[in-house]
Amino acid sequence: MISAFFIFNQKGEVLISRLFRSDLKRTISDVFRIQVIANPDVRSPIITLGSTSFFHVRVSNVYVLAVTKCNANAALIFEFLYRFVSISRSYFSKLDEEAVKNNFVLIYELLDEILDFGYPQNSEIDALKMYITTESIKSELAVREDSAKITIQATGATSWRRADVKYRKNEAFVDVIETVNLLMSKEGSVLRADVDGQIMMRAYLSGTPECKFGLNDKLVLEKRSDRAKADNAVELDDCQFHQCVRLGKFDSDRSISFIPPDGEFELMKYRSTTNINLPFKLQTHVVEPTKSRVEYAIHLKANFDPKLNANDVVLRIPTPLNTTSVNCKVQVGKAKYVPAENVIIWKIPRIQGAQETTLTAEAELASTTHRQAWSRPPIEVDFSVVMFTASGLLVRFLKVFEKSNYQSVKWVRYMTKSKGTYQIRF
Amino acid sequence: MNGRAPPRKGKSLQLHLEVHWRENFELRAELNSEYRDRRADAIKRVIANMTVGKDVSGLFPDVLKNMLVYLYLMNYAKTQPELVILAVNTFVKDTADQNPLIRALAIRTMSTLRAEKILSYLGDPLSRCLRDENPYVRKTAALCVAKVYELKPELCVDYGFVDVLRDLVGDGNPMVVANAVTALSDIHEASIMAAQSAAQNSISPRDPEEEEVSFPIIPAQKFVIDSATLSKLLLALNECSEWGRIAILNALAKYQATGVEESEQICERVMPQFQHSNGAVVLGAVKVIMVHMRNVEKQELVTQMIRKMAPPLVTLISSPPEIQWVALRNINLLLQKRPDILANEMRVFFCKYNDPPYVKVEKLDVMVRLASERNVDTLLGELKEYASEVDVDFVRKAVKAIGQTAIKIESAAPKCVQVLLDLIQTRVSYVVQEGVVVIKDIFRKYPHSYEAVIPTLCANLDELDEPEAKASLIWIIGEYAEKIENADELLGIFLDTFKEESYAVQLQTVTAIVKLFLKKPDHAQAIVQRVLQTATKDSDNPDVRDKAYVYWRLLSTDPAAAKAVVLSVRPPISLPNTTVAPAVLDELLSEISSLASVYHKPAATFIGKGRYGVDEMSKRRADFDGADTSTRKALETVVAGQKSENLLDFDTDEPSIADTSIATNTVPAGYAPSSAAVASVAAAKNPLDELMDLFSNSNLQAPTSAPTLSVTSPNQASVAAAAAASSLLDFDGFGGLGTSSASQPTSKPPTSQKPSEDLLGLF
Repeated sequence: MISAFFIFNQKGEVLISRLFRSDLKRTISDVFRIQVIANPDVRSPIITLGSTSFFHVRVSNVYVLAVTKCNANAALIFEFLYRFVSISRSYFSKLDEEAVKNNFVLIYELLDEILDFGYPQNSEIDALKMYITTESIKSELAVREDSAKITIQATGATSWRRADVKYRKNEAFVDVIETVNLLMSKEGSVLRADVDGQIMMRAYLSGTPECKFGLNDKLVLEKRSDRAKADNAVELDDCQFHQCVRLGKFDSDRSISFIPPDGEFELMKYRSTTNINLPFKLQTHVVEPTKSRVEYAIHLKANFDPKLNANDVVLRIPTPLNTTSVNCKVQVGKAKYVPAENVIIWKIPRIQGAQETTLTAEAELASTTHRQAWSRPPIEVDFSVVMFTASGLLVRFLKVFEKSNYQSVKWVRYMTKSKGTYQIRF
Repeated sequence: MNGRAPPRKGKSLQLHLEVHWRENFELRAELNSEYRDRRADAIKRVIANMTVGKDVSGLFPDVLKNMLVYLYLMNYAKTQPELVILAVNTFVKDTADQNPLIRALAIRTMSTLRAEKILSYLGDPLSRCLRDENPYVRKTAALCVAKVYELKPELCVDYGFVDVLRDLVGDGNPMVVANAVTALSDIHEASIMAAQSAAQNSISPRDPEEEEVSFPIIPAQKFVIDSATLSKLLLALNECSEWGRIAILNALAKYQATGVEESEQICERVMPQFQHSNGAVVLGAVKVIMVHMRNVEKQELVTQMIRKMAPPLVTLISSPPEIQWVALRNINLLLQKRPDILANEMRVFFCKYNDPPYVKVEKLDVMVRLASERNVDTLLGELKEYASEVDVDFVRKAVKAIGQTAIKIESAAPKCVQVLLDLIQTRVSYVVQEGVVVIKDIFRKYPHSYEAVIPTLCANLDELDEPEAKASLIWIIGEYAEKIENADELLGIFLDTFKEESYAVQLQTVTAIVKLFLKKPDHAQAIVQRVLQTATKDSDNPDVRDKAYVYWRLLSTDPAAAKAVVLSVRPPISLPNTTVAPAVLDELLSEISSLASVYHKPAATFIGKGRYGVDEMSKRRADFDGADTSTRKALETVVAGQKSENLLDFDTDEPSIADTSIATNTVPAGYAPSSAAVASVAAAKNPLDELMDLFSNSNLQAPTSAPTLSVTSPNQASVAAAAAASSLLDFDGFGGLGTSSASQPTSKPPTSQKPSEDLLGLF
């Protein structure tokens, strides 16, 4: 499996280097530096040179690299690299050159725990945080008592939860976060519209609570022949769960039951492609009356309940590469031309449902000998709308059962957002 | 970290050494400090120095006293074995510590030290830890066995560690089970490798003396799951960590089911794993299902599995780009086996503008695979959109995809041609060139259907500067010479620059002008004379010369036979459903999510001893009991293709290794950037060799003493042979048929015998 693990900075200097198997030498890092970091033509995330394969992921200004010499499981290695990134982020909030340099000892300790002989071991952040800490070493006695518990948890059937969690007030927060993927053609027909949903949970519950979670899942409601409710139900194309969820049970009757980890975790991911409510409609009218001018008229409509608001709406409207200046007028928000990215950025901090607004702009172009027509990349719309789900998904219930039978309070929030995934061609 | 400049030369080296020495001295002082935090700080600095590659091994005795110590030890144990012994006592003591974390840490570190001397002390502590009451220690110890086996297999045998591991597979703790399975699989592979290298008597990576003593007496430690273990694994599967699940799924994929029922049971138990959030677990489950589905007889279960497999695969397309790419490569393989899996899901494969290029190219490929009459209009709209983007490589692939769609779906061909014409009219050089190549392919599929486009193509003659595009246009002109009024003028243009053109273009020019002459004998007398003269006299490529000689003799002796050969009707091409041979496909499907499945190549082609021999392949062949003759031939073709390739070259080139152009898969990708180009070159080059072989069979010395080439073979069989050869003599952009096996430039008589027989058989 993974024979070596490295972190490089952008210059190709080694920040972290850890060998896990004897089939490689430390100097293998030079090969990667020369072949990948110094070579701008590399386009593949896996490079195989001779019998050695390099798997790399770029995160801010560092390269995270795993090297192997066998027919390794590629999906596993990339999943592992991304897991490493998320563990690092949770330990020191970001992963970049500075963070790696400041925390290299911690990184070595983490690596030793999550990889053994090149095989990933325990990568549950909660469990790791129990025994790999940034604080100084505790007294011998305390350590001994704890470690028995830690080891049981790290290997147990519920490796994600300690047994002795106690809260004065038992609460659970559920966040439903949906990312809309939209691709609309020039003619205004929807080429692709789907939702990648994520249900995040923050559980502050005592003991070993047994939770049951219910959604307005069409398949479940139809089975209970609850016709009235089934009409508003959502069709989920696919669901994927945190490892605490009993997959066998979901497979048999689509019920979601689990013992949650303590604190924040991603309970499930889902995908839906039917009846997507698109929160924004865009009408574009872009013409090129002469070779040196482009005229834009972009009409934006917030297509949701007037009681709701969308925040941080940002439109990125591409301009031709030879644009010299852009004159834009907007009714709401601010718009300006960013020459470095060849886009007009239109920022609207807050927009109410059903509101409509228009941007008009004129771009002046420099004359050019370039023959190819402007390829018109799509307009991107970023936004976040609170208490709105594009798929129509609703949390119907969250039941908590515990031996001590305590009352618990549950909170649910919904949000629909987009970050570079809402694209409209024009 | 202190980023001091590296030493340069002479004086500065001296200075550097001094600084280095002083630094070590300071570190030593701090390591021995009475304050705990200062000691800890010093250790950190030592590790920092080690990371940047400075030699801090001089501090060995000082570091020893202090948990990071372990890291230091692991690094220098190899180079300073005698000093490591100093630490052994502490370790052995620690393996009996009350704290399970310390026990695990100690045993883990000891086994990673890789020093011969330590190992002899390791036996007893390890056997104790393997039976430890704490699961954390047991799971750590399980992996230690694999580490020890790598260094000193006989130690594992002496202490019976491997048997203990087999017992651990039945452990109550799922993590321990998973690690035991992992360790056993690791040992399994290592022992197979060792057996192989012992058999070959080649140099093993270990010390030579050690090898001699150890290998002959070590029995292979195979890890074969039996039915009893199976149920334990299935039980542990639902309980252990994601990584453990992957290990267990891997083991399940290798398991030989004893019967239909068992296969069905495995499939049913594994299916829930499709819902796991870790992409590697999902692909692992897909792998197990694909392997065991072969035995399942219940049709409804198979349909159910296929139906449930689709959504998680689609979900993988919204993961980070690297995982997406791995998933896309695997989906491509899955579609070759089961084209129906994602029939309704084409839209999710639409490229986003900001997808990385390697992902876009793969998505394009999958989209073409999913094209059907229902979705072809949407698909064409997308492809046209992509063809106007800026990335040259991607645009070319998009244009190519339009051609593939036309060839795949007949009813959509007119629309495809229209889109291509629109694109050619943009006059963007690379779009035009790719467009011409693609239209040539369409002509090969639907001869005499879209002749109206020819004038547009000819109008763009000046735009062409790439050999493949030129060769394609020349082929089209030659093929439709009777319908193009100024064909002789057009071909004349290429003849004028004949000597500067590449060989592929030269070969095409010769053929096209001969065709022109056969179709319009009155007009082309002069030009055919000129081309044959130029080709035989001025070309420095033997293939071009030989081809011209063959034509010349054919024309001068029997024009009717020449017509039969050169103008024979060629079979239309089709888009292959698979890019790898069926047997290889099955092998790759049982390795889903591995590197092999990403590269679409058996693992032995890029790891291990490098070359993928015929012996290896024939051994493998025996494993596939159902392999009929056609698969055997296919495998041989693969071998021929694989032999001539050099992975080092193409890996730096592009992510898409098995560039799935319409050309056959076995074209060595290392040859040139575009494998289609290779195909045309290889196919255009080799058929002549093939032809010579054909005729030398009938006792004719081809080039010199064959003035009566087809006259001396009066029977109809030889005409058939000639017709077969003609399709080869002709430009063959798709090295289809048997020609793919000819991609070895130096085909020797015994090997080339088979392909030519295949050819005869085909006609």
